[in-house]
Amino acid sequence: MMKKLLAATAITALLATTTAASAAQCTNDAWNKVMSRGKIVVGVKADYKPWGFRNSDGGLVGMEIDMAKDVAETMGVKLEMVPVQSSNRMQFLEQGKIDLMIATMSDRADRRKIVGIIQPNYYTSGTNVMSPKAVGLKKWEDLRGKPVCGKQGAFYNKIVSERYGADIIAFTGNAEAKQALRDKKCIAWVYDDSSIMSDLSSGNWDAYEMPLNSEDDNPWGLAVPPAEKDCVFGQFMTGMSFNWLQSGRLIELEKKWGIQPTAFLASQKERMKDWLDK
Amino acid sequence: MLASFQDFFRQLAEDFPRWNFIFFHDPVQADRILTGLGYTITLSIACVILSVIIGVGGAWMQGSHLRIPRMIVQGYIQFFRNTPPFVQLLFFYFALGQFTPTYSPDGWLEIPIISNVGWAIISLSFFAGAFNVEIFRAGIEAVPRSTVEAAEALGYTRLGIFRHVVLPLSFRVSLPALNNNLVNLVKTTTQAFAIAVPELLYQAVSIWNDYPSALYPAMLLLFVVYILLVGILVFGMHRWEHGMRIPGYGN
Repeated sequence: MMKKLLAATAITALLATTTAASAAQCTNDAWNKVMSRGKIVVGVKADYKPWGFRNSDGGLVGMEIDMAKDVAETMGVKLEMVPVQSSNRMQFLEQGKIDLMIATMSDRADRRKIVGIIQPNYYTSGTNVMSPKAVGLKKWEDLRGKPVCGKQGAFYNKIVSERYGADIIAFTGNAEAKQALRDKKCIAWVYDDSSIMSDLSSGNWDAYEMPLNSEDDNPWGLAVPPAEKDCVFGQFMTGMSFNWLQSGRLIELEKKWGIQPTAFLASQKERMKDWLDK
Repeated sequence: MLASFQDFFRQLAEDFPRWNFIFFHDPVQADRILTGLGYTITLSIACVILSVIIGVGGAWMQGSHLRIPRMIVQGYIQFFRNTPPFVQLLFFYFALGQFTPTYSPDGWLEIPIISNVGWAIISLSFFAGAFNVEIFRAGIEAVPRSTVEAAEALGYTRLGIFRHVVLPLSFRVSLPALNNNLVNLVKTTTQAFAIAVPELLYQAVSIWNDYPSALYPAMLLLFVVYILLVGILVFGMHRWEHGMRIPGYGN
């Protein structure tokens, strides 16, 4: 009985996952599609200053948008950008709505099963909170039982609520979460430390601070469709990523967008240094 | 029994990484779904009851001889019927929420007296209530003028006529349309997600964000649960409709 049931579900599951695990043979569908239509569609963030956000004209700009431009330029194709959300970015890639995703995504083991995350990782960030100076948070344990605003789709919501007992109120977007913090609906906003830092330096959050030690430092990964990971597209992006790190291009972009320099990029540059360079 | 049920889904998740029915074998996730279900049912029941009350009250005011109450109801309908419920929710919670009294447990937090759940109930009830007013008005207009005149001749007051004659008759005419609107209302409760009400959609999205492998199963669960919830509502409404049937009147 159990076997039969399992077999039945197996068939339905199989039908629904047509794209799964056929990486053994390279069809290079996504790569060929991009090259033949002369345009690459990249999923980027539109609400994550300064990695991907809208300028005053409504155009998408930011560090990751510059990276997307590098990719299109190297491939010699036109660039189209599609804004994605943390909670739908992997689905966009799975369904072929985008060819490439550069969207501040943390590289997690369970995500690697769904999309083709490219090595080497191009950035890293830890988890921290932005909290009013008036609250005077000292340690993560201070969050226990308190309302903490967050955004749907961030992997650390679960960690913070399980490890420190914080009562996570997750909004669909950062704008809503930050508004709730301003409205004093929560004592802190949990997010990536690098993003919080850029908010604090913007001058709009003078009464706030980032009082805790960052935790769970997690590298970011850009992603291609899973079937492309070990094929032309994936290998190409690995090359792009390597060059970004080795040439110091990302450090340059970090500076351009006013992001506090991270030790990660400096150490990666050192690690990948050309041995002939003295 | 329960253990083999859990083992089956654990095995399924292992064999098919995209079909991790995590809420069937992980108690923590099961708990999240149940909490969400609780909020969804609470929202649904509260909004259905409130919106019907608003509908009846609004329809009564609309039949008033005075201009002011009629204009108020008309303005209310135009506003709530012609704007998206999603925007209403955000506006109620973020903008109006600023003006409600708050209390502070720790000197900094300002917990509003009306929580996000409260705002969701208020906002969604007003939204569905606007449609209900129109639905009941249609029912009221279907009551023959001669019936009302007969009641007037018997010396009924305006409220008396509404309560004992017009409302009972019109209610029967309105039920099918009301049924539709309430079904929509139950489904619209998912929009409370926007103001972080931890209802079923919120919990399902949280689960598939934490466990990407549970995406399809969680979506499937959402469909099944809403089919059941709406099914129960429709069943109840049909029973009610049947129970109130007057031979020779209506259908």
